Amino acid sequence: MNGAQDMGGKHGFGPVKPEPNEPVFHDEWEKRAFALTLAMGMPGGWNIDMSRFARENRPPAEYLSMSYYQIWFAALEHMAKERGLVSDDEIEAGHSLRTAKPVKRVLSPTDVAKTLHRDGPTERDTKTKSQFKPGDRVRAKNINPPTHTRLPAYVRGHVGTIERVIGCHVFPDSNATGAGEDPQWLYTVCFDGRELWGADGDPTSKVSVDAWQPYLERA
Amino acid sequence: MSEHDHEHHHDHDHSELSETQLRVRALETVLIEKGYVDQAALDLLIETYEKKVGPRNGARVVAKAWADPAYRARLMKDATPAIAKIGYAGRRGEHIVALENTPKLHNMVVCTLCSCYPWPVLGLPPVWYKSAPYRSRAVADPRGVLADFGVSLPKDTQIRIWDSTAEIRYLVVPMRPAGTKGWSEEKLAELVTRDSMIGTGLPKSPKDL
Repeated sequence: MNGAQDMGGKHGFGPVKPEPNEPVFHDEWEKRAFALTLAMGMPGGWNIDMSRFARENRPPAEYLSMSYYQIWFAALEHMAKERGLVSDDEIEAGHSLRTAKPVKRVLSPTDVAKTLHRDGPTERDTKTKSQFKPGDRVRAKNINPPTHTRLPAYVRGHVGTIERVIGCHVFPDSNATGAGEDPQWLYTVCFDGRELWGADGDPTSKVSVDAWQPYLERA
Repeated sequence: MSEHDHEHHHDHDHSELSETQLRVRALETVLIEKGYVDQAALDLLIETYEKKVGPRNGARVVAKAWADPAYRARLMKDATPAIAKIGYAGRRGEHIVALENTPKLHNMVVCTLCSCYPWPVLGLPPVWYKSAPYRSRAVADPRGVLADFGVSLPKDTQIRIWDSTAEIRYLVVPMRPAGTKGWSEEKLAELVTRDSMIGTGLPKSPKDL
């Protein structure tokens, strides 16, 4: 979706402000929101692409006014409510008011280390052959789906070079909607700064994105 | 306490932050009561990313690559198993690629669409990495962003920005600082900063230690 999350090349946000000796979390609630988000993936049954869509799918002004953990937390609430795991009146009350829905699995303390260690690779076996090879010139298609996509707006319509064939990976555009993993060939595609930004671009810069085959056409 | 102070505290208690705090606590309680999450598992997740996983992991990888040419070759060829070999693997690091800086090429990593970051080697991303200024400008004005970090590169250095749009996670291997010949991996690791492994900074020099 062409939401506020797609930030590459936007102006007006000001300088980057690194924080010296930044703590991992800035508040107790951030820790809880972070851990809840990780732990709920298992009983919630949603995937990373669904989570990303739940985070970006909000009015731009809202997205931009929230901290990152606020965005995470709002998405978690949304997904838990959407699947009938919790309801608004329960969150208001701060207590469970109904019997829990049966869930497949809950993350137990003894599983934490194991789960974090082997967590979800996205590469999949395939019998198909990749359409492009390193050195091929490709154009990022001009696509504008209102659903989740990982092709940033700033490369759409621009021509770059296939640098690396990464492998066949879960396709987020499909996985985010629940339509299945639909694995597709994934490539690192490199663009000249001037191709992306015209005369305002830095001639000494190149930018690459990792793009799935359906995003690309031969140039 | 004066009335003014009281009002001040009252306002503070109802600030946006407190609303968020209350809401997070409420949801956590509901989810625990329903048996969807286990409190001890939550505490363990927090402890893992607060205490165990962080940029010291990545620094060890980089220092080993600096000290051991055979390891460096393995890391550059296929970083995921090379990094797993010294104990770091898992969530948000299933497919890691190492990017080597040279006198002619400087690599810098961003996620313009969200906050993709190589957790097993760098821990959780800093706030600036997830912020609009960095995500918007890194791809269009990399030298301007580097200036925000106090970094200035030679005019003819090529800058390569890697936008992490898929599940591939990138780790920058900065150039080994001069004056470190014969240093142990442990000592070399002290020179490797988090930002130098994102590409927004350079390693420390021996005189900084």
